Amino acid sequence: MTTIITVTSGKGGVGKTTTSASIASGLALRGFKTAVIDFDVGLRNLDLIMGCERRVVYDFVNVIQGDANLHQALIKDKHCDNLFVLPASQTRDKDALTEEGVEKVLKELEHQGFDYVICDSPAGIEHGAVMALTFADQAIVVTNPEVSSVRDSDRILGIIQSKSRRAIEGREPVKEHLLVTRYSPKRAHEGEMLTYTDIQELLRIPLLGVIPESEAVLQASNQGIPAIHQKDTPVADAYQDAIGRFLGEQHPLRFVEYEKPGLIKRLFGGK
Amino acid sequence: MSWLSLIFGEKKSTASVAKERLQLIIAHERTCASGPEFLPELQKDLVAVISKYFPVNPDDIKVGLEKQGNYEVLEVNIVLPEGR
Repeated sequence: MTTIITVTSGKGGVGKTTTSASIASGLALRGFKTAVIDFDVGLRNLDLIMGCERRVVYDFVNVIQGDANLHQALIKDKHCDNLFVLPASQTRDKDALTEEGVEKVLKELEHQGFDYVICDSPAGIEHGAVMALTFADQAIVVTNPEVSSVRDSDRILGIIQSKSRRAIEGREPVKEHLLVTRYSPKRAHEGEMLTYTDIQELLRIPLLGVIPESEAVLQASNQGIPAIHQKDTPVADAYQDAIGRFLGEQHPLRFVEYEKPGLIKRLFGGK
Repeated sequence: MSWLSLIFGEKKSTASVAKERLQLIIAHERTCASGPEFLPELQKDLVAVISKYFPVNPDDIKVGLEKQGNYEVLEVNIVLPEGR
């Protein structure tokens, strides 16, 4: 059985691709055969975040249109043996992503014995975003502690609940998870930022994790290495915890409480 | 939060303002999203029933669902043809 996980948000720039790359890598590191697909036709970026941009020969649309087979288009990840990337098409029109085509590719991945397929959704609620969530078994809704992001997340939840195959066919609904990203415990503590509990109360879906705002994310994307590989950074640890919870493990939330710096720290600086 | 604000009374934090605004708008948008599922059907049925008694233009019947406090208000607006 292949589990299809859609990483979505409505709003752009909240960390969908960063999350897709890290969740996919994390699942692969735990031994699951995983594929991660970029659904952002025309604006592909997952290849850059995964560091495989120079190895793209064929893409998702090539496979859908029969110009290449899936085996030719899947790019093997540099860091994990059982992780594969399917890049989005860069040039063709968005309608090339047909529902039948997407279904065919997902079926083929299932046939090839993949445990997880991560669908990295484009921003917005247009065709590409709907295609990315149509076949979802589970959805990770990436949300920033910021009004527009929370509202858009609620919108996208409504679309999952009405347009996914599971909803249309009246099967068990898509399992939804909230992932709060770019979180600053200090600003939340000081009342300048919505807390993760505020966001959870507003969206009313289970919390998968809280990823702290961090310089490590930019460092990771600069190098084309998913943030989860940035050893001993809070971001990598928070993603590892989130993956553990996704797989049913219990992990207390980390990096969410603000610790006031002591006198010495305040005098002599330091992070 | 400083000791000054403790003495002179707390100004509402911007985060709590954000939360209140989101609570309102999300609740509103959720009812809008759940409404239209049956509203067009209801509108069609109403047109059918009313047309049995006098001619009415389908566009002259407006159906809307609104939330007022704890109540949901179903608003049906029928404009009767002139000369009756």
